[in-house]
Amino acid sequence: MRHEVRFSGFGGQGIILSAVILGRAAVMYDNKFAVQTQVYGPEARGGASMSQVIIDDEQILYPKVANPGIFVIMSQEGFEKYGAGAPKDAVMLVDATLVHSRPQCKYLEIPGTREAKQTLGKDIVANIVMLGALVASTHVVSEAALEKAILDSVPKGTETLNIKAMKLGIELGKGAQAHEVT
Amino acid sequence: MTRIEFWQGNTACAEGALAAGCNFFGGYPITPSTEVAEIMAAKMPKKGGVFIQMEDEIAGIASIIGASWTGARSMTATSGPGFSLMMENIGYAAMTETPCMIVNVQRGGPSTGQPTMGAQGDMMQVRFGSQGDYAIIALCPANVQEMYELTARAFNLADQYRVPVFLMADEIVGHMREKIIIPDSMPQIPRRPLVKGTLPFKAGADLVPGFPQFGKGYGVHVTGLTHDERGYPAATNPQLHEALVRRLVDKIENARHAIADFDIINPDAEQVFIAYGAPVRTVQQVMHDHPDKNIGFLRLRTVWPFPEFALREFKNVKRFLMPELNLGQMAREVERHVRVPVVSIQKLGGELTTPTELVAALEAPL
Repeated sequence: MRHEVRFSGFGGQGIILSAVILGRAAVMYDNKFAVQTQVYGPEARGGASMSQVIIDDEQILYPKVANPGIFVIMSQEGFEKYGAGAPKDAVMLVDATLVHSRPQCKYLEIPGTREAKQTLGKDIVANIVMLGALVASTHVVSEAALEKAILDSVPKGTETLNIKAMKLGIELGKGAQAHEVT
Repeated sequence: MTRIEFWQGNTACAEGALAAGCNFFGGYPITPSTEVAEIMAAKMPKKGGVFIQMEDEIAGIASIIGASWTGARSMTATSGPGFSLMMENIGYAAMTETPCMIVNVQRGGPSTGQPTMGAQGDMMQVRFGSQGDYAIIALCPANVQEMYELTARAFNLADQYRVPVFLMADEIVGHMREKIIIPDSMPQIPRRPLVKGTLPFKAGADLVPGFPQFGKGYGVHVTGLTHDERGYPAATNPQLHEALVRRLVDKIENARHAIADFDIINPDAEQVFIAYGAPVRTVQQVMHDHPDKNIGFLRLRTVWPFPEFALREFKNVKRFLMPELNLGQMAREVERHVRVPVVSIQKLGGELTTPTELVAALEAPL
């Protein structure tokens, strides 16, 4: 089963890192295949940043995402540039704090940035909250694999904070009410 | 024990070089090759090697040529305008028969062009970019695994044939992250030393002279001028010049069967794709999605010297189809070796050829 996941937000939110962690979880700990690519340019520092991951049980041939089925959108500009065109059968997680538009497809409102700030005191881990919610709601990788990949990827000394963020995201993802296509 | 990693192509290139015993990196960082230099800067000193950031790419390749003469396995990495700046010294390395490894993570050109986008626009430049007749070896990776393995092989080829060897990657393969299985070790074929008492540029049957490493007691003069077997300038001797240049070309062209690395899939097919680098992935997808179409595929990893004999394996071919991220550079090379049509499927702009584009080419009337 091939899953194509697209992350978008603004530069500095850790959009690229989110995609790298997800791909790493699939390859290193779920024994799957993954390819991660990104829009790589000046817009990665400010503006809309975008990164994509393909996860598959079989080897991935064509490495570019053609039809993303899962979206994680963390800024209004990211929504407009990389989320607004999501197909009707896609599912989107929107950071409800920062994205005010809503897509034509099924979506979940995850208050990632607000919860990271209020509950954990650090909005910098909002991307990890969103990753937790993504995995809880779509199961593209296992929670155990996600946890290990986060621990591999985050700076030393921030492991506890990031795992708290992931667990918070998993709760939010499980509790979120999906808004179906109208 | 092999191990699995989730690596970027450029990471795999740097790690493959370290596994191959690379112990000198000289260069100047440029997008989209910069990660290679970054990793070398971090890791090389810990392995007892040398990393030096030079003032520009001209100096970068000059430094690896010098390091090579001291016996180092030396390397640089660049892209776009940096590759153009290296051209003069690439000719110098070819003329002086200096083993060295040059990575070009190709981006859109000409000029500064598209620094962050993929291309294969330097495939003719790598072969013919420096003045005069000479020959080089160029390898093209299509995945992260090959970024590692072909980098390691490039060092062996450079030492074996005393020639600059190029890893002609592209931004797509250089920047994507995917699964890679790291081998326990990479085979290292050492440089053959010059037999003491032999003239330093006198070659045997394989046309490759032994290497008189600096500091090992040889007296050797190294020059880009036409030189005799002692290494002394002899730039006005027509016969000597012709014999030298022909040897530099023949030592590579004659060995093209041994250097060649390619896969032949469905040799009985009537329609045959030829691809190298990132477009290989699109061809693989189309073959996977359309098993009914009986598609042939010549998948090249060695692009120069061009393994023209591989084309003859496709006995029933009615046309070759060649997707490239340029305006048909290697398609022209294929055309001069075959009698059937060669359809050049060209893509500029920085994105990878799509499966839809290849299917459309397959379905166009013969």
